[in-house]
Amino acid sequence: MTKIHVKTNINGDKVEFLTDPRETLLDCLRNHIGLTGSKEGCGTGDCGACSCIFDGNLVSSCLVLGVEAEGKSIETIEGMAGEKELHPLQKKFIEMAALQCGFCTPGILIAAKALLDRNNDPTESEVRYWLAGNLCRCTGYDKIIKAVMETAKDIRETA
Amino acid sequence: MAKDELAKDFKYIGTRPNRPDGYDKVTGRAKYGADVAAVGMLHGAVLRSPYAHARITSINFEKASKLDGVKAIITRDDFPVGIDGDTLNLLENTIAGEFAYYDGHAIAAVAATTVHIAKEAINEIEVEYEVLPHVIDVDEAIKPDAPVIKNNARDFSVPEGSSPNVASYIEFGTGDIDGGFDKADLVKSGRFKTEAAHQGYIEPHACMAQLDHDGQGEMWVCTQGHWYIRQMCASVLGLEASKLCVTPSEIGGGFGGKTTIFIEPLALALSKKSGGRPVKIVMSRAEVLRATGPTASASMDVKIGITKDGYLTSGSVEFRMQGGAFGGSPVSEALQCAFAPYNMPAAHHIGYDILANRPRAAAYRAPGSPMAAFAVESLIDEICTDLNLDPIDVRLKNAVKEGDKSSYGPKFKKIGLIETLEAAKDHPNYSISLGDNQGRGVAAGYWMNHGGETSVSVSLAEDGSVNVTVGTPDIGGSRASIALMTAETYGIPYDSVRVNIAETGALGFNEPTHGSRATLASGKAVYEAANQTISEMCQRVARKWQIDPDAVFWENGYAKPAGANAGDFSPISIKQIASEMDQTGGPIAGHHEASIRGVGHSFGVHIADVEVDPETGRITVLRYLVAQDAGRAIHPSYVEGQFQGGAVQGIGWALNEEYVYGADGCLQNAAFLDYRVPVASDLPNIDTIIVEVPNPDHPFGVRGVGETGIAPPLPALANAVNAAVGARLRSLPMSPGKVLKTIKTGEDGC
Ligand code: FES
Ligand code: FES
Repeated sequence: MTKIHVKTNINGDKVEFLTDPRETLLDCLRNHIGLTGSKEGCGTGDCGACSCIFDGNLVSSCLVLGVEAEGKSIETIEGMAGEKELHPLQKKFIEMAALQCGFCTPGILIAAKALLDRNNDPTESEVRYWLAGNLCRCTGYDKIIKAVMETAKDIRETA
Repeated sequence: MAKDELAKDFKYIGTRPNRPDGYDKVTGRAKYGADVAAVGMLHGAVLRSPYAHARITSINFEKASKLDGVKAIITRDDFPVGIDGDTLNLLENTIAGEFAYYDGHAIAAVAATTVHIAKEAINEIEVEYEVLPHVIDVDEAIKPDAPVIKNNARDFSVPEGSSPNVASYIEFGTGDIDGGFDKADLVKSGRFKTEAAHQGYIEPHACMAQLDHDGQGEMWVCTQGHWYIRQMCASVLGLEASKLCVTPSEIGGGFGGKTTIFIEPLALALSKKSGGRPVKIVMSRAEVLRATGPTASASMDVKIGITKDGYLTSGSVEFRMQGGAFGGSPVSEALQCAFAPYNMPAAHHIGYDILANRPRAAAYRAPGSPMAAFAVESLIDEICTDLNLDPIDVRLKNAVKEGDKSSYGPKFKKIGLIETLEAAKDHPNYSISLGDNQGRGVAAGYWMNHGGETSVSVSLAEDGSVNVTVGTPDIGGSRASIALMTAETYGIPYDSVRVNIAETGALGFNEPTHGSRATLASGKAVYEAANQTISEMCQRVARKWQIDPDAVFWENGYAKPAGANAGDFSPISIKQIASEMDQTGGPIAGHHEASIRGVGHSFGVHIADVEVDPETGRITVLRYLVAQDAGRAIHPSYVEGQFQGGAVQGIGWALNEEYVYGADGCLQNAAFLDYRVPVASDLPNIDTIIVEVPNPDHPFGVRGVGETGIAPPLPALANAVNAAVGARLRSLPMSPGKVLKTIKTGEDGC
């Protein structure tokens, strides 16, 4: 199939790529742009491992077509850390052992950041429901939820 | 809270440092199975059977091969003939021969320049099938007139007159069973059933392989054990193992399911057929569910006798398990675990391994133990309810301890079941009062973590830091625990140790990261290897000081003279020894290879509180406690993580997860939307108690912690549901419809 030329912005960088119109944004990130931090756990919108921020909204990038990225602005896990240090969520996840295999981690970090950017004082139940679309099979979620709650607390205290 | 009888002062063990691979894993940099590409790489796709059981009468791929971009198509004809035994089963499961044995069974595979072309080509392959009768349910499959899956499947152990689908039969026991039942005040029996569950690792299987016509090749693959992959690929393809170099990627979960081959030999065969171009295959989620290795489904009869003051007198079990079309269900492990926590004066075990038209079962966390625990621990709870006895007290009265002979034979060394039961009983969760429709359930579980074949090396870097090389992929923080044990052995900072996971050429054979063995076995071997280098360092220092090597000892990262008689020398640090290596005899390295015997018996006790909605049958888990004997918690956070993760997999198995088959024998729920693993909003926090009764067979007391936690949730939740609403479910999962039916009719779901 003839490829389509897409111009977009990823993690603040201007990016252009050619895509088969059947490809998802996740395929494009991983296979054309080399950003393999977003993962494919299901390809059907059920696991959240491919979570990205698409023009300010949290999306499953496996449910977005690559061509839809035209003119948009996209944030992925690779853009989450600052130049000097990790994002507070990334730091807290390491400190509190909120990952085991780490495969769900990029998606969960992106989703948790989207939550804290909107609401830095969520209840535990809000965190649990916000992250209900992100499957983690290793941790039982306990340490993930605690790490998000702790990070929110730190953010509030330093704000 | 840690109960530690052999308290020992450790500097690093028991602390909670950041894991060495933390940065890579929170920034998206870590490379998993599907994250690599190579120049000239092709993409593979697999054609799978749409039937549960069929004879393949013809495969025509002429049209497919003409598609632009298709480089290779393989079928069973591309694999060697004359293979038998277990290797034949592996090959048959990798790619069907004359018969397709289950929905999703691989029939052919294509390599093409893009994924899209490979998938198009798959659709163009024409296969003619003669559909055959199938059987899915384990109780149906064992009937004498069940559809026959394979002729001559049975081995020597199977009694005359059994169903042709019985692949093997096991029977063992001890004591006077009938006499034991006669002595009992209460004898109770029941039938229990569990459905197949999938490990549900979030990363689908993926590999990139390259194989030349001269038989040399390499592979990048997400696996728990790359030596297993190498051995299995070599045997089904007729290659020499040493010519295949297998490198493990980071791994996105496995839980036992990534210890065997599925797509790997296909990728190698496609590469060879396309002239040695690298071929990458990534499974879809549907393929993972249909065609990898879930666990077995089980039908189980249990009978237990007990005195009125709560002492067990006799027990018998008959477990029937199907593990797919090739046999290999974990029925033997299930039998071993069944009564393992208890002193049973008489115990009798019978097991049947049964074939059904389902994918070949792979290991899943404590294989067999969760099913056994569901049957036995549910029945013990029924007994406690009938006799009005406290469920923890009854377990304490019968709990095995050091010196006892287990129900399956071996004598226990120091074990921690009693300590674990007591810790659970003392926890506040056991006394919180409950409201209407709420109930509390208790259950115990067991797993025999094992050592196995292990090979590791350590080497001193020129600045005195240490490289450790192991062959066990890091699934959940084992780099951290191995670095901690290394730091402890040398007495050097945790940050001065780097743990590498090597490809198959770099070390001798290693069993996978399975059976909770990474920290157990690699840790023990690393301790030995590090001590080799320590004695080498002491010898070099002795030469320098011109004293006897025995007069030098090692402490906290320094070689020191052993007492005043040895001479008055200032201690020499590992840094200095390292900086002088060149002059003192060259590089310093150690290695250790062993088939590590000894078992880390690990017991766990869970307490679950649930609320059941009597109108909908929905179960909400209110609070959950895991108490388990870790032996020694090297990195307590990752030990807790194993407890919590295991418990939640068990909760999923108990409440939602099951393989649902249609009348056509095809899997109906091959997606995460329908195969529903627990999500964050389903769960409370999972409280943990790490009990530490050190394993006498391990230098640091480690028992292995990964497996046990998945077993108790199945019965603990069933027991809690019964306590909440008086509904005894003897069949899993306890989906709302089933719960409602049990509440209304009293039927147990079996
Ligand atoms: S891969 Fe997108 S939601 Fe699972
Ligand atoms: S850490 Fe493995 S899936 Fe979440």
